[in-house]
Amino acid sequence: MRIRYFAWLKQRTGRAEEELDPPPGVATVQALMDHLAGRYPRFAEALAAPGVVRCAVNQEYAEPATPLRPGDEVAFFPPVTGG
Amino acid sequence: MVRVQAEPFDPAAELAAFARGRTDAGGIATFLGLVRGERVSAMTLEHYPGMTERKLAEIEAEARARWPDLQDTLVIHRHGRMLPGEPIVLVATASAHRQAALDACAFLIDWLKTKAPFWKLEETGGDERWVEARASDDQAAARWERQAP
Repeated sequence: MRIRYFAWLKQRTGRAEEELDPPPGVATVQALMDHLAGRYPRFAEALAAPGVVRCAVNQEYAEPATPLRPGDEVAFFPPVTGG
Repeated sequence: MVRVQAEPFDPAAELAAFARGRTDAGGIATFLGLVRGERVSAMTLEHYPGMTERKLAEIEAEARARWPDLQDTLVIHRHGRMLPGEPIVLVATASAHRQAALDACAFLIDWLKTKAPFWKLEETGGDERWVEARASDDQAAARWERQAP
């Protein structure tokens, strides 16, 4: 599974992307966020604040309950500010 | 048509190309977004390659579904570093009568601002700051959730 981080979330994890073999039981976005929160304390702080971290799975907006499969591309980012 | 590019663009040339040969249109509406330089010495736009183009194409398709009289649309959005006064985004819409073009243009920029994965990093003096999303942009986008033309 490929995980990507955008904007200031990159600074919270220290990386723009990583390859991850999720541990058994990580089958939803929420479970993946819980797993990553354990690895990156400063990313965990952002996840704990409501409405700050958005997610996309395979380049479509996703919810905490969205299921994950091996090979998915999962991206985390703050609310968008283009235009 | 959707274009996402690092290179600067010339708004006048883009508008002229969009209007050229269009004998069926009665009007073209445009929105041009610039880097505002009152506090900012430069701006860098990060985006999510692939998802950006996909979301912009979806937003464009939504505009065409909502305004069947729309004859053509153009969205150009830059990424990378740019200076105050430089164009960031151009939206153009063509229709036989003005209302569809004006409304669809406003819809496109409002939805783009809240749905397309771009993030602005401002430089002020020696500091860098990620721009926070504005509630007013969410409200501008939400008015299109309620209103069907």
